[in-house]
Amino acid sequence: MIETFFNLQIIVAAWPILWQGLLSTIGLSLLVIPLGFVGGLLLAVLSTVRNRWVRWPLMAWVDFFRAFPPLVLLIFLYSALPFAGLELGAFGCVAIGFFLNTGSYYGEILRAGIESVPKGQVEAARSTGLTRLQTMLWIVLPQAVRNVLPDLLSNTLEVVKLTSIGSVVALPELLFQARQAQSVTYNPTPIVAAAIAYFVLLWPLVRVLSRLENRAIAGRR
Amino acid sequence: MGGWDRFADTFLNTTVMARYLPQIVDGFLLTVRLAVLVVLAGVTAGLVLALIRALGVRPLNWAIIFLVDLFRALPPLVIIVLIYFGLPSLDISPSAFGSTWASLTLVLMAFTEEIFWAGITAVPKGQWEAARSTGLSATQTLAWVVLPQAIRITIPPLTNRTIAITKGTALGSVIGLSEILSQASSGMSFSFNPSPLTLGAAAYLVLFLPVVVLGRWVETRFAWHR
Repeated sequence: MIETFFNLQIIVAAWPILWQGLLSTIGLSLLVIPLGFVGGLLLAVLSTVRNRWVRWPLMAWVDFFRAFPPLVLLIFLYSALPFAGLELGAFGCVAIGFFLNTGSYYGEILRAGIESVPKGQVEAARSTGLTRLQTMLWIVLPQAVRNVLPDLLSNTLEVVKLTSIGSVVALPELLFQARQAQSVTYNPTPIVAAAIAYFVLLWPLVRVLSRLENRAIAGRR
Repeated sequence: MGGWDRFADTFLNTTVMARYLPQIVDGFLLTVRLAVLVVLAGVTAGLVLALIRALGVRPLNWAIIFLVDLFRALPPLVIIVLIYFGLPSLDISPSAFGSTWASLTLVLMAFTEEIFWAGITAVPKGQWEAARSTGLSATQTLAWVVLPQAIRITIPPLTNRTIAITKGTALGSVIGLSEILSQASSGMSFSFNPSPLTLGAAAYLVLFLPVVVLGRWVETRFAWHR
């Protein structure tokens, strides 16, 4: 059993490409997290506009991309758009897909955060002479982000995990590299190694989250 | 042919869609069956783990915490690939359906346990003590006093998490499970036209959009007002 799942020889042989995969998973995460966050910020700030012709389409946009499995979105961008002459490449598709999908999730969380900031804060800020934009940037958003920090971190964890679907469009991230190594060696050890790498990478975040969430839910009473 | 006509002919070709509709309906039914089984098993297993954790047996709790952390940290696709390609080395050959079901169930179990546990700890100790002092047994206290309050707090996060994990049924396409996405993809490669994928995308919206809207409603309905 150890021969099969923790074959040391295979780990040593596959190490370089697994390491490369781990690095590109980290790099990809560092790209798509800010991308999704900025998209979410845009959605959340726009949704504070009182006009219903702005609010309803935004809500529909967010619900649309929350209902759509990210893998389906990715496959659509990657293999359906070329029929319209639009070749974005694996990397471009992943970037756009994540912007749309995780942007919607971040947007929904940040909107709840903005709504949790008492109205008096905005009124006080405006009456001291801050502009609307300044009020949003310096008064509302810092409090909003703090109020929903556990949800933001939890979504960030999901985003890092989600980068593994990049393997489906042959993006050489950790899971893809592990599957390559597995198909060459006919042995599941590389996939076990990849799973361990994901766990080591994300476990600290899971621990922190578990504490924060417990406190958040307990504090709601 | 104008721009719109060409677009419609490419992405909304009704002839092609009609040809692949039966396959996509098959995929739809399979996805629904898988999703229902995942939700039933995952939520039940998570609740059971949370109740065991409430008993407070140390070594048992450590095991539960590790299990939960493990399946929160691993991407579902990695678990699917590990089960489907790894277990055959032990002479166990799980089907694509079984592998996808087991993986998503484990992930949902982990999140459910975490959420229920937070809900249980959120019920003030005084509630326990008051219930016990009126003569209820520990089990009765858990069942009639603590759980009803805990469940109310947990419903919004649980709904959102369940929706997010159920959407993972699409990951089954990676190991050849003939759910919506893989039916639509094969339709697209056979007809050399992306309309089946448009149809598949629509099928996902039909399935998940009502659930997302329901989740939004549940969130406001069960929200605790300070």
